[in-house]
Amino acid sequence: MIDLTLAIAKEIETRFPKGVAPDERSGYEGYLVEAGKLVEFATALRDELGYDFLSSVTGVDYMPEEKMEVVYHVYRSTGGGALVFKVQVPRQNPVLPSLVEVFPGADFQEREAWDLLGIRFEGHPNHKRILMWEGFEGHPLRKDWEEAYFEEESKPFDARWPGGDVYRAEDENPFTKNVVYPQDFNPETWIPDGDKALYAGMKEIETDESLETEQIVVNLGPQHPSTHGVFRMVATLAGETVVKLEPVMGYLHRNHEKIGERNTYLMNIPFTDRLDYLASMSNNFGYVLAVEKLLGKKAVVPERAEYIRVIMAEFTRIANHVFAIGTLLNDMGAYFTPMLYALQERELILDIFEAAAGSRMMCNYYRFGGLARDLPPGVEGKMRDLAFERLPRKIDELDRYLTENEVLRARCEGVGVLTPEEAIAYSAVGPVLRASGVPYDVRRADPYSIYDRFDFDVAVAYHGDVYDRYLVRMEEIRQSIRILQQALDDLPEGEIMTGKPRYSIRVPAGEAYGRVEGPKGELGFYVVSDGSANPWRYHVRAPSFINLTALSKMCEGDKVADAIVILGSIDIVLGETDR
Amino acid sequence: MPEIFDSKGYEIPPEMQNNVAITTLDKIYNWGRRYSAWPMMFGLACCAIEMICTAASRFDFSRFGMEIMRPSPRQADVMLVSGTVTKKMVPQIVRLYNQMPEPKYVVAMGACASGGGPFKEGYNVVSGMDKFLPVDVYIPGCPPTPQALLFGLMKLQEMMDNQSLKTVRWYQKEDLPAIPVPILGPDLLDPRDYPEFSDKLAQAAVIAEPEEA
Repeated sequence: MIDLTLAIAKEIETRFPKGVAPDERSGYEGYLVEAGKLVEFATALRDELGYDFLSSVTGVDYMPEEKMEVVYHVYRSTGGGALVFKVQVPRQNPVLPSLVEVFPGADFQEREAWDLLGIRFEGHPNHKRILMWEGFEGHPLRKDWEEAYFEEESKPFDARWPGGDVYRAEDENPFTKNVVYPQDFNPETWIPDGDKALYAGMKEIETDESLETEQIVVNLGPQHPSTHGVFRMVATLAGETVVKLEPVMGYLHRNHEKIGERNTYLMNIPFTDRLDYLASMSNNFGYVLAVEKLLGKKAVVPERAEYIRVIMAEFTRIANHVFAIGTLLNDMGAYFTPMLYALQERELILDIFEAAAGSRMMCNYYRFGGLARDLPPGVEGKMRDLAFERLPRKIDELDRYLTENEVLRARCEGVGVLTPEEAIAYSAVGPVLRASGVPYDVRRADPYSIYDRFDFDVAVAYHGDVYDRYLVRMEEIRQSIRILQQALDDLPEGEIMTGKPRYSIRVPAGEAYGRVEGPKGELGFYVVSDGSANPWRYHVRAPSFINLTALSKMCEGDKVADAIVILGSIDIVLGETDR
Repeated sequence: MPEIFDSKGYEIPPEMQNNVAITTLDKIYNWGRRYSAWPMMFGLACCAIEMICTAASRFDFSRFGMEIMRPSPRQADVMLVSGTVTKKMVPQIVRLYNQMPEPKYVVAMGACASGGGPFKEGYNVVSGMDKFLPVDVYIPGCPPTPQALLFGLMKLQEMMDNQSLKTVRWYQKEDLPAIPVPILGPDLLDPRDYPEFSDKLAQAAVIAEPEEA
């Protein structure tokens, strides 16, 4: 449970005798705050109690109780556990004040809650849909919203299992193209929205430039060679300078959370692979941690499994960071050559994943209480070769080619600066936060698994620019190698799973938030169980998504060519951004 | 000497064998095309990462003449639909396809592009690229390994080998119509469906009624 010291509980009680009450539902934690007190409470947490980092905002639809709940997780940027607070609003008219003024990092997350759950945040400066398009019918994550292929509330579907019948969903649905329209809809008279509100906000931005320049609005993406997938940036340019930039996403929104709430707990593990598809092992890690929190003593992870988990997660981090550095160099115009060096090492790591898990990218390797299978013979030797011999040498090589390169330094230094205060305010995580001088790493700040046993440094740099983000990634690769060497030396023999592997598990009712330091930053899974075989709510706090909140801030005032480099330095993966 | 220049069935005097070869127009046309099919640099989701790996040194699809990936559809021959096709993205994909010059090919890479894949039931997911574009090769896998992608591309080359100048669609007399771009309405709208639209709505109402009762 949370490490909420008594002193803080007392402080909150005396400061807010009314309107704030501990959440006493069994399996739940934190505080219930009245909507009217929310802004005051959040401000007090930030300024007086030191909880200055808003990690996650999400909504839960408690349909049977006719309530919508918005859940906030805040942390101290100096480390420690979460403080959770919630606001309950009536389901028919869910309105509450926005926290963007207090925590600017709430911006995208509140928009997402509006888009998917229909919760309105009053005072939000940009209250639009974020993942779906304007004009879309309904709010899909509401429990009574049914999609075109709706069969049953929960899997496995009776029609298909255990009988094993297979049919095409199209055959069951009159709208064979996976589409349902409202009853009185006429396509001939429909006028698509076409991002009207978005473009209206991009016009005629006032600048303090003395030279009068005609501003133009430019779309970068969703099909663009440098956007790392189907991501779109709409920028207002004065000459070559970005005066305003707005990220547009949702082009890869594949309904992860809605599908996740239909799935059984186990079925979700392969889906998490496809979130951040460059780092599937860490995604597994975060999700099993969250569910293991709910399971409590039923899922004790054996020693060997803990070590293998850490080893796999650190290999993932290396594979991800070399890829990130390769694509960053691509974005700078060093087209594909650095990428080839990066992919060479990544392939060797993928070989290990393939040997252990059976798949190169979608590993599906972690289980509740252990791992899917043990390492096959010979893999340990390969891992040792990589961790002790090849990777240190190759990272030095990459370092020698790149770090002091004049062009790279000229393009990166002083570009896309984010100050430490801004980074915390915008809820930036991972290398973006640490490059801004905040030494916050979940592995150290709030240790999970067995990370407290290893000797490693938190990579940190202090300029907050693109170059420092590159340096932090380089250093993190080295630290990961250090962890790998220690873990491989100590790797014990023994079981890799407690008890028998089971298809369906009973998860006690309650809520849990499991978070890991993924390669992109803090990856959190918020799971609410109602005691049935499927999660009631399954939310992913995706680092790529929330890091983008700071993108506009970083790009404004820089040249348009730098916007590409800045985006590359955040290192986003669209599978996770859009989910 | 490549197989297409072996002048099968023709006697060529020995002194001219280095200078003259006899082949068919189809063969030489297809030979040129099969080794210069430039893919569009166009990644949708997870499969795009495997596509990048296929382009990199270990697997290297430039061995098959797919050396250059072009981000602009105007310079591309093959569209590798590498990942989940979402409703929000499909208008752009169709527009990109319309912008590609003929001859053009579509490869559906992976389960999602072939039929919706693991995300098929999702409300924002299109059940496969072939709902909108003519797909030439389907590659199974989630994601397909680079080897599978290479195999799929070789199948595409085989397909090119068997095409004939006389029958290919881009040398026919009729104009090639562009594919109508889908529209984002309350849900995805396919303009090709408009004529039957009212029927469909009526049908849906009939099916919905017994449930309400």
